[in-house]
Amino acid sequence: MSRSLSTGLQLVLLAAAIAGVALAPQVLEIFTLMQITLFAAMSILALSLGFIWGFGGILCFGQTAFFGLGGYAYAVAAINLGDSTGAVFVGMLVPAAFAAALGYFMFYGRISDVYLGVITLTVTLILFNLINSTAGDEYRIGAAQLGGFNGMPSVPGLNAPGDPSAVLEPEEIWFVTAGALIAVYVILRLVLVSHFGRVAVAIRENETRASLLGYDPRLYKLLVFVIGGAIAGLAGVLYTNWGAFVSPTIFALSLSAEIIIWITIGGLGTLIGPVLGCVAIQAIVTEIGSQQEFNSNLVLGVILIAFVLLLPRGLVPTAQILWSRALALKARRGGAALFEGGPGGKDDHIAKAAE
Amino acid sequence: MDLGIVLALDVLNGIASLVLLCMGLAIIFGMMKVINLAHGEFLMLGAYATVVSANAGVNIWIAMLVIAPLFVGIVGIVVERCLIRFLYGRLVDTMLATWGLSLLIVGLVTTVFGNTINGVPTPLGGFAIGQYRSSLYTLFLVAMALLLVGSVWAVLRYTRYGLIARATMQNPNMAAAMGLNPTRVYMVTFGIGAAITGLAGGLLAPVSGIVPTMGGAYIAKAFITVVGGGSAILAGTASASALFGTINQIAAFLTTPVFGEVILFISAIVLIRLLPQGISDRYFRRSL
Repeated sequence: MSRSLSTGLQLVLLAAAIAGVALAPQVLEIFTLMQITLFAAMSILALSLGFIWGFGGILCFGQTAFFGLGGYAYAVAAINLGDSTGAVFVGMLVPAAFAAALGYFMFYGRISDVYLGVITLTVTLILFNLINSTAGDEYRIGAAQLGGFNGMPSVPGLNAPGDPSAVLEPEEIWFVTAGALIAVYVILRLVLVSHFGRVAVAIRENETRASLLGYDPRLYKLLVFVIGGAIAGLAGVLYTNWGAFVSPTIFALSLSAEIIIWITIGGLGTLIGPVLGCVAIQAIVTEIGSQQEFNSNLVLGVILIAFVLLLPRGLVPTAQILWSRALALKARRGGAALFEGGPGGKDDHIAKAAE
Repeated sequence: MDLGIVLALDVLNGIASLVLLCMGLAIIFGMMKVINLAHGEFLMLGAYATVVSANAGVNIWIAMLVIAPLFVGIVGIVVERCLIRFLYGRLVDTMLATWGLSLLIVGLVTTVFGNTINGVPTPLGGFAIGQYRSSLYTLFLVAMALLLVGSVWAVLRYTRYGLIARATMQNPNMAAAMGLNPTRVYMVTFGIGAAITGLAGGLLAPVSGIVPTMGGAYIAKAFITVVGGGSAILAGTASASALFGTINQIAAFLTTPVFGEVILFISAIVLIRLLPQGISDRYFRRSL
């Protein structure tokens, strides 16, 4: 696919997505609308890990740490400020700052691979344990009680910027959440075509080569990690706002595992893959929840194992490969020049990133 | 004074539990460079095997020392044949696949047994230290941990299988050139690691809450202990268990069990940051 055609197609798809978001409230019932609002919030979380894992090469087993911190920071700030406008920014800044501190600790200590996974997973457990043990009146930040394992009920919802009395309706929350998803997608796309994004991908491909070219891998990885943390925080804000409730289970290991499943299924090294994987799995889990036959863990486990064994690249990259093969076949039949090398190069990158 | 003895017993118990928890994972990680994220579920299966057979009338000691390791060992060999062997050399993929496996096992056990099951009582009773009481079972766990470390050491050091295993661990291609079959060694090793994990699950069954999701409570502790210990199976596991077990119990004694765990995790992170290769690669380079 030529470059201009690809860009054109993306713009068309983007326009279609915006149109879909705008029309959704007219076609869907309010229950379905709230459900897909949740899917959209989770998709932002999927994008955050899809970005740092797929393009930064950082396998973080504890992305829920930032998600949960975002949710809690938003809840505390919204209760204290009484206005959600500032609270949204607090909900992104706190996890970003935490990611910066943790990332500095890890990347400047030249910790990689498995050890990074162990540390991020452990940090999530620490946060879970800490927040879980904050039951009681003495654990409060300003007017906000942390509530321990009971969580924080009745978190104020989003309101119109600067006007606490104008609390948003479910429809408006859908526009905000889905709009945020599209905005995050577009921003990450732009980051990836920028100089910074290209260097980050170069570091993922070969850290030594990139540093020999004069780029500091530690700094770039740290920045990628912080961006991922802020986006996960935003997802946490929207999630907390969706349910008006936040509890320590937001840090749960099972959710961390689920994000990784979304990305494995959708496709590592793409941005649309994690979103599709997230929506698909969420829909499946919701469907399973409505019947008694199968346990959702059972189904998720089978899906994950099947993908790792049979389709390790995930849906979107596999579809891209099939598509370009079909094109090549067509070109060959038509006697035109062979179409090889292009997709093959990309395969190798994805395979390498997955290793 | 009495309190001191009780605390010392607690520390010993903490270390012994960690050794039991980690040994199977350490063998699999140290020899095959496979991180088995279904380790917690193997423990859970060991505990379930013990509880189910004990409730069916089998002697509790046979249930815990024979049935649990045998059952989980067989599960381990089946898992290695059907899943792990396709993924050697792909560290992240093995982690993902075993994570999927752990979800699958949790789902299966929940479907079969539901969310709760009757536990087994702690055997052996207790004894008195001054005004405090302690359980004899704690001492039994410590003895089992020592026995386990001793037997793994003896097998690796003195038997033909131990020699083959160490050779394959050092250089699989060379071992294959000498006529060994690394595939079989890996299969047997995975089975033994799983069996030891099943034994640990059986031993911990009387002293832990048995639910399908109980593996999650252990996996992180086992994971950081093994990674903190480094690649030497015995020296690494023993030193990391001793360090983390002591820190955990003393911190839990001084604060609360929850903060004890938090302090354990924080010290583990600091340790991994300072010694990314693990304790054993820094201080016990040439040990088993």
